Amino acid sequence: MEKALLSVRKLHKEFEGNTILKSIDLDVNRGEVIVIIGPSGCGKSTFLRCLNGLEDIQGGEIYLDGKKLQKNAKNISSVRQKIGMVFQSYDLFPHKTVLENILLAPVIVQKRKRAETEAEAMALLEKVGLADRKNDYPRQLSGGQKQRIAIVRALIMHPEVLLLDEITAALDPEMVHEVLQVVLNLAKNGSTMLIVTHEMTFAKAIADRVLFLEHGEIAEESRNPKAFFEMPGTERARQFLKSFEY
Amino acid sequence: MDLDVMISYLPLYKDALLLTMRIGWQGAAIAVVIGLLGSAGIHFKIPIVRYMVYAYTQLFRNTPLLVQLFFIYFALPKIGILVSPEVCGTWGLGLLGGAYMTETFRSGLDSIPKIQSESAESLGMSRSQVFRYVILPQAVSSSVPGLVANIIFLLKETSVFSTISLMDLMFTAKDLIGMYAKTIECLVLLVIFYLIMLLPVSVLGDLLERRLRHAEFGD
Repeated sequence: MEKALLSVRKLHKEFEGNTILKSIDLDVNRGEVIVIIGPSGCGKSTFLRCLNGLEDIQGGEIYLDGKKLQKNAKNISSVRQKIGMVFQSYDLFPHKTVLENILLAPVIVQKRKRAETEAEAMALLEKVGLADRKNDYPRQLSGGQKQRIAIVRALIMHPEVLLLDEITAALDPEMVHEVLQVVLNLAKNGSTMLIVTHEMTFAKAIADRVLFLEHGEIAEESRNPKAFFEMPGTERARQFLKSFEY
Repeated sequence: MDLDVMISYLPLYKDALLLTMRIGWQGAAIAVVIGLLGSAGIHFKIPIVRYMVYAYTQLFRNTPLLVQLFFIYFALPKIGILVSPEVCGTWGLGLLGGAYMTETFRSGLDSIPKIQSESAESLGMSRSQVFRYVILPQAVSSSVPGLVANIIFLLKETSVFSTISLMDLMFTAKDLIGMYAKTIECLVLLVIFYLIMLLPVSVLGDLLERRLRHAEFGD
């Protein structure tokens, strides 16, 4: 069997006495797209944040390429360069232009040459259809454009895994599509992704595997998304999916 | 109004203005340095220091400058520390201003949402890189309005110096009124000279604010 790119073992997370994640086990293979769904408060966003070291964990281990994730500065920085993350609220740096937003981390963290990196940034911007906005400030962009820039900002680090945390939840409906199209293309090109989303049609289209999280546990896991979305195995997942119908 | 009298007072007012501006700006400079150090102490949650800074800001923000000056001028000599009126004025203003500047810079730093650090950290930046490239530039621009307001406030507070016999603008006006009773002339000159000192700061401050905002945040 293929060795997993990202492995989570008995991940346990508490916050102020409440258990947020209970003993989560997960192996993510290279090129796999995993969609995590579940009711709000089930811990799905927290789970992604743990994988990026943005949350302290109270138990368990996370391995990337067989190397254990540790909380010291050096390790966490190198892990984060390999695990890219995009947030719900885009969080571009408002005082920097689009291009500066994208170039900052590769230049100061990875010490890459500015000229080469800029060429790559322009190629990526071209792919998401925003090359002409390179000198704009985030405030001049729509939500959908900001989110596409945020994806480029993560991609330029050449991450091995991409974590997408409800990246369309703050967008107007007509902008959702342009952002999800970018993500679909990434999936086609073999990117490894963990996606938390409420867009069920999108989830069904993109997922290799679906995790249904509830009360901090993986309540259902399916390697056949089509079947899962038509007929989930658990009653709770059935109810959850029903809440998206009218 | 007697214009000739006013013209004859001009040299005295000019000297007073220079003294007021010198002490005012020195005090403001001390205030900025204290403010930067103090806000860093609080922002980085440096043990003990943060509580000392907190006590300091509360003490100086909640007592009048006049009382602080009296303390420095009259009470310190009792324990053997003699200070000249000028040094007293400079440090009095600097310490008062430092408390205000600390609060201004601290709230500037606090105004940057946590998710800004997180998204920078998620790109692999170290804490010091996050601070230098992401937090600090934003905090500086959001602190500028407060900084300008504090400087204007401090320059105006110099009017209290007359009580420790510093020959600032206020002292000069009061002195001249006492001697020659040309009250209106003296007061009009006083207003004019305060405006000479403060209007440029105010206008430049506005320009700076607008520039920063235009370059970075607003539309």
